[in-house]
Amino acid sequence: MSGESTVTTRSKVERSLGKRRRKESIFRILGIASTLVGVLFLLVFFWTLIGQGSSAFLQTFIEIEVEFSEDILAPAGELDLAYADFDAIARNALREKFPDVTSRSERRELNQLISVGAGYQIKDAIAGDPDLLGTTLLMQVPAAANVDMVLKENIDRNLGEDRRPISDSQLEWIDALIADGSLVSKFNVALFTNGDSREPELAGIRGALMGSFYMLLITVALAFPIGAAAAIYLEEFAPKNRWSDLIEVNINNLAAVPSIVFGLLGLAVFINWMSIPRSAPLVGGLVLSLLTLPVIIIAARAAIKAVPPSIREAALGLGASKMQVVFHHVMPLAMPGMLTGTIIGMSRALGESAPLLMIGMVAFIVDVPAGFSDPATALPVQIYLWADSPERAFAERTSAAIIVLLGFLLVMNLAAVIMRKKVERKW
Amino acid sequence: MDRLQQSDNYRRMTAMKELTGMDEDKPEEPRVVDSSPAKMVSSKLAESTTESELSLTELSGRTVGDVRCADPFMIAENVNVYYGDNHAIQNVTLEFGKSQVIALIGPSGCGKSTFLRCLNRMNDSIESARITGTITLDGQDIYDKDLDPVALRARVGMVFQKPNPFPKSIYDNVAYGPRIHGLAADRADLDGIVHTSLERAGLLKEVKDRLDEPGTSLSGGQQQRLCIARTIAVDPEVILMDEPCSALDPIATARIEDLIDEISENYAIVIVTHSMQQAARVSRRVAYFHLGLLVEVDDTDRIFTNPQHKLTEDYVTGRIG
Repeated sequence: MSGESTVTTRSKVERSLGKRRRKESIFRILGIASTLVGVLFLLVFFWTLIGQGSSAFLQTFIEIEVEFSEDILAPAGELDLAYADFDAIARNALREKFPDVTSRSERRELNQLISVGAGYQIKDAIAGDPDLLGTTLLMQVPAAANVDMVLKENIDRNLGEDRRPISDSQLEWIDALIADGSLVSKFNVALFTNGDSREPELAGIRGALMGSFYMLLITVALAFPIGAAAAIYLEEFAPKNRWSDLIEVNINNLAAVPSIVFGLLGLAVFINWMSIPRSAPLVGGLVLSLLTLPVIIIAARAAIKAVPPSIREAALGLGASKMQVVFHHVMPLAMPGMLTGTIIGMSRALGESAPLLMIGMVAFIVDVPAGFSDPATALPVQIYLWADSPERAFAERTSAAIIVLLGFLLVMNLAAVIMRKKVERKW
Repeated sequence: MDRLQQSDNYRRMTAMKELTGMDEDKPEEPRVVDSSPAKMVSSKLAESTTESELSLTELSGRTVGDVRCADPFMIAENVNVYYGDNHAIQNVTLEFGKSQVIALIGPSGCGKSTFLRCLNRMNDSIESARITGTITLDGQDIYDKDLDPVALRARVGMVFQKPNPFPKSIYDNVAYGPRIHGLAADRADLDGIVHTSLERAGLLKEVKDRLDEPGTSLSGGQQQRLCIARTIAVDPEVILMDEPCSALDPIATARIEDLIDEISENYAIVIVTHSMQQAARVSRRVAYFHLGLLVEVDDTDRIFTNPQHKLTEDYVTGRIG
């Protein structure tokens, strides 16, 4: 080869090198840009979510001198928990603070500052300790949601009286209560201990949380073993023919079926045909299992396929049976991948609301479910229900419920990651 | 495929030329050489060679040398293997003696590995594979319907091309076979098996203080010796080795070869190798495969010093393969 042609080759390479480098840097800039956009959106998401939702974790209470009056609680001489007017006790205690309020309409307005939850709290107090009868106790009872909203500045004081849900005189009273230190802000325990309620200040997500928990328990208990078993059979034992191809195509398609279709299936099969009670976590869990199965099967098959054939051969060559090869060697190596698929499937199941709408889990359910067959709702459905409610105070609770849902997801995934780390072998 | 066939034809042509002393300069010989190689073969190597010479130069399906051995332990009789329509092994008959190392050599794709894998039924897992003929182990047909391949593989162990220790500890690697076959009565017994196996594989000194470390943390050569120890632990009668040193450096290779030499008195060993030197060093007999045919079998020194078949000679002298 002549020297000249070497030079031209080199200059050609160098010329193309510049072009290649340019392409590379452009690609890198694009990559950084897209990552930044993703991070930006995530930050905006968390910013708004926490900005709107964090206030729901604090709740305003009114400190009142509750007089367990015998006139009201025991008109016939004996304590009567069933018919006593506990709300009246709360109202009287509040009115003590405002002796000037005398007219009937003003009184009614004043009464609106206190939550109906105050009556329940007084009832619980006297029920727990009957000796309180006739005494006076300083209690912190929940304030009405609108009082809470004024304190959190979610209701604009500067708007005209007709444009806000709270009157001028109510605002005055609230200011007076603030001035004498009767309004206290405390951690909103009710949000985590109560079921749903029409009153925002009493509404909690425990019902939805437990509903989701029971459903996912069923989902993981059904979908993981069935999915893993199906994947192992299809990958290791099933003959490769037209039927197994057909099954594979169908499983892949099932993973892409809109979730509401699974809800319809659940309605038809589990509720109408098998007569499982509707709104129950049991039926929800079954539907979510169907939804999760294809995801788990696909991930598990990929994980099984990724096990090096040399390991199988080594075991076979030693005289291990097919079962021993699968359970001693393939499964342990494929387990992390299978668990990853399960995490993905479960995360999807936790966030599903559409199929649950079809099986009656969208109902307004006040009681916290205590088992798999109690009526329940789920976190995403609860979020939907609250987002749909007109009361101003439900807006922050919606965001708070989303935060709890994300927290639930985080805890669940963390557990799965720890489990995966445990089964994962570094070598 | 076409190119392969052509080059093969070319080899046959040159082989024939050398054997018959045919030369273009000699006008009295038939001028077949000038024709195209393909035509050349179709003309059946012409009339210039006698019947016996013919069998030693082209692929005839007849094996040259002695396929039998003195004290046969494993006998393959007329074995044919088909992968779908591909006739991978054609009518191979070969005997394997006890306490004897036999090397299977031949160019890539000649079927030696396929044949090896027939001997412990590893081809069973390949769905398209079909095997005819008989293979007997100590008089028992290993393709008998009543015979469980699992039991067979406990008697016919295998060491693979790439060291493939399990992702388990060194101890568990060796203990796995005895465990699944229930060879050890108790823990102490198992410890004993593991130690003797590692010792016989020449690995005990290097690993005895770290038996609970992963087998994959060892070097390539050590891993392969671990695989041999794992195979020995089951106490097989035959050990099949599929190019056991191809992924190893020369020092590790030498150690494995020494090891094969040491253990050969207790086992029948069948080793596939691409290295002629290795075959010469470790084996007593050598079988040369070519395009699915067993071309020649003989004692190792005869194969390397005085091969009968032209193709064998070309291969061992480095002209093909």
